[in-house]
Amino acid sequence: MKILVCISHVPDTTSKINFTDDKKSFVTQGIQYIINPSDEIALARALELTEKDGGTVTVINVGDNSTEATIRKALAIGATDAVRVNAAPRDAFFVAKQIAEYAGKNSFDMILCGRESIDYNGSQVPSMVAEMLSLPAVNSVKSLNVEGSTATLDREIEGGKEVVTCPLPCVVSATEGMAEPRIPNMRGIMSARTKPLTVIEPVTAENMQQIVSYDKPQPRTQVKLIDAANVAALVDALHNEAKVI
Amino acid sequence: MAKDRFQAPDYYLIDELLTDEHKLIRDSAREWVKREVSPIIEDACQKAEFPKHLIKGLAEVGAFGPYIPTEYGGGGLDQISYGLIMQELERGDSGIRSTASVQSSLVMYPIYTYGTEEQRKKYLPKLATGQWMGCFGLTEPDHGSNPGGMVTNIKDKGSHYLLNGAKMWISNAPFADIAVVWAKDEEGTIRGLIVERGMKGFTTPETHGKWSLRASATGELVFDNVEVPKENLLPNVKGLKGPLGCLNSARYGIAWGALGAAMDCYDSALRYSKERKQFGRPIGGFQLQQKKLAEMLTEITKGQLLVWRLGKLKNENRATPAQISMAKRNNVYTALWCAREARQIHGGMGITGEYPIMRHMMNLESVITYEGTHDIHLLITGMDITGENAFGG
Ligand SMILES: Cc1cc2nc3c(=O)[nH]c(=O)nc-3n(C[C@H](O)[C@H](O)[C@H](O)COP(=O)(O)OP(=O)(O)OC[C@H]3O[C@@H](n4cnc5c(N)ncnc54)[C@H](O)[C@@H]3O)c2cc1C
Ligand SMILES: Cc1cc2nc3c(=O)[nH]c(=O)nc-3n(C[C@H](O)[C@H](O)[C@H](O)COP(=O)(O)OP(=O)(O)OC[C@H]3O[C@@H](n4cnc5c(N)ncnc54)[C@H](O)[C@@H]3O)c2cc1C
Repeated sequence: MKILVCISHVPDTTSKINFTDDKKSFVTQGIQYIINPSDEIALARALELTEKDGGTVTVINVGDNSTEATIRKALAIGATDAVRVNAAPRDAFFVAKQIAEYAGKNSFDMILCGRESIDYNGSQVPSMVAEMLSLPAVNSVKSLNVEGSTATLDREIEGGKEVVTCPLPCVVSATEGMAEPRIPNMRGIMSARTKPLTVIEPVTAENMQQIVSYDKPQPRTQVKLIDAANVAALVDALHNEAKVI
Repeated sequence: MAKDRFQAPDYYLIDELLTDEHKLIRDSAREWVKREVSPIIEDACQKAEFPKHLIKGLAEVGAFGPYIPTEYGGGGLDQISYGLIMQELERGDSGIRSTASVQSSLVMYPIYTYGTEEQRKKYLPKLATGQWMGCFGLTEPDHGSNPGGMVTNIKDKGSHYLLNGAKMWISNAPFADIAVVWAKDEEGTIRGLIVERGMKGFTTPETHGKWSLRASATGELVFDNVEVPKENLLPNVKGLKGPLGCLNSARYGIAWGALGAAMDCYDSALRYSKERKQFGRPIGGFQLQQKKLAEMLTEITKGQLLVWRLGKLKNENRATPAQISMAKRNNVYTALWCAREARQIHGGMGITGEYPIMRHMMNLESVITYEGTHDIHLLITGMDITGENAFGG
């Protein structure tokens, strides 16, 4: 089986995010980057599948050369080879276009993504890639198994789970539960030194979105506790202070 | 123990001095410690049990012989990688780091450096995977700081050496498959031998009742007319410089390791000081607590720069034993001092197993004594700068 795993290079969850004065981008200084957590899950499952039935796992990232350490980590975890599309990702459409372009030319049995990136939280790339390649897309998948040319997938849905089957090739976005993320071991880190990392140039893509500004959430305000017995005071506070009723 | 929320301090952006590969090695070891060591270590220490199930994982993260060439199963990595792995392991627990230090620097290093090609091929690959574990026998009941006075001895019996004597305080002894043992020959010259478990007359009783390094097994090596095959002698070194060469490598790793323990104490204390409120405000808002935290971070930052530079020198084969002594002494002391300050910041909670502080503090009481005591390292620096030997004897 030939699997493509899309990995996004995102700030570590513990990083403190600040925005530039014009509010149009975030301050990258001092930020540690990681592989997007749900992409690590997808990568781990791809490795499990190919270790069991044979095959290769290629990772792809759309990003400038600052993402190479993240890509090397994916190679150290066990990917066979890697591709970097040399461009700063502008929006989800741009990213999807690059991935679809590469995947279209290199016939994969499956394209695995994460459910959403933890930086821009778009949850758009996987479906867009599928659409561009006219492939089935199954999102938020908790379990993925392959039998011949059919994938069986468990999806998380409100209040339960849905089991679906779909023919390969397909695009799947992974969420917690599909596999346990792997920690690179020393052998993996050493072999990642010599694994191929190919850099390709982007294809042109229309600019579909423009960021107007970023803002941080409002800081949490003080909590005012009102005795449960004192309904009148609660109504008064909601009416006169919070002005919501 | 509560969930491991460790975040490493890097006040001087020392990460920028590391390569991407260094950071990947370190971060992988850190993740492994969070996943495998932190959840079980408190219990292992309370029960005074070495968590043997960690051996395989230790081998995988590269803790066994990271700088030994790959042809012998090692990692072929540089000295900074070795240091970073030790730092992360000791961030988890000094006992776990001790096991790795012994295996790498006190067992694999002498076999690689002083051994024959046959010895390297026979032992190193199995030691690298943890299939075999080793220990290092230098200290004796009556010869600690002064190992040159050792009485353990070998006699040449033609077909084999006859080994007699006893070693004490030996890390990993109770479960080790092999022991690198230092003993005097008939001329009184110190020689190194590889003694294997199962050789007749060789026993390894465990030392019980320790209040320190409880997750590391310590024991004795007792040799009662042990017949050691001649091919088990390490041929390429004679005299005290054999064991001292090993200690140099291990002490270098300890200088990094101790910083890991210091960072863990600092990180825990910093978080606690922000969360714990007294007199209506977080205790981190009081000057006295800030002084402790600020000084801890200052000492940790100095220590980080010290080992980074030492690692560079070691990579170029230019680090002197005296420079290594300075780093071991300074960083272990820093760690012990940080543990004591951090313990107080945690108030009563600081003595419980909810936090790693007390465990680190007790562990570090061994670390400041083994591999050359705090005093001995000072005497080494003193002798190096004055040319005068103040050891006596
Ligand atoms: C309007 C707009 C402007 C932007 N401007 C910039 C900018 O100037 N600079 C900048 O760096 N970023 C910018 N971004 C973010 C960047 O375009 C994102 O990488 C992109 O939007 C995908 O993120 P997402 O949250 O939509 O991904 P999602 O759809 O949430 O991601 C789901 C999965 O898709 C895959 N994936 C996502 N991104 C990549 C990638 N880059 N490579 C490979 N696989 C991937 C991963 O498997 C991921 O788990 C911008 C985003 C938007 C919406
Ligand atoms: C948990 C643990 C694990 C160990 N693991 C190993 C191991 O794997 N292999 C191994 O070979 N050894 C091991 N050791 C032994 C360790 O290296 C010795 O304990 C150490 O070298 C000190 O020796 P000692 O305990 O005999 O103390 P002593 O040498 O008796 O020292 C007692 C005190 O006297 C001081 N002192 C000694 N000489 C002088 C001097 N000239 N001037 C001033 N002060 C002096 C010392 O600094 C110390 O404070 C281990 C020890 C411990 C506690």
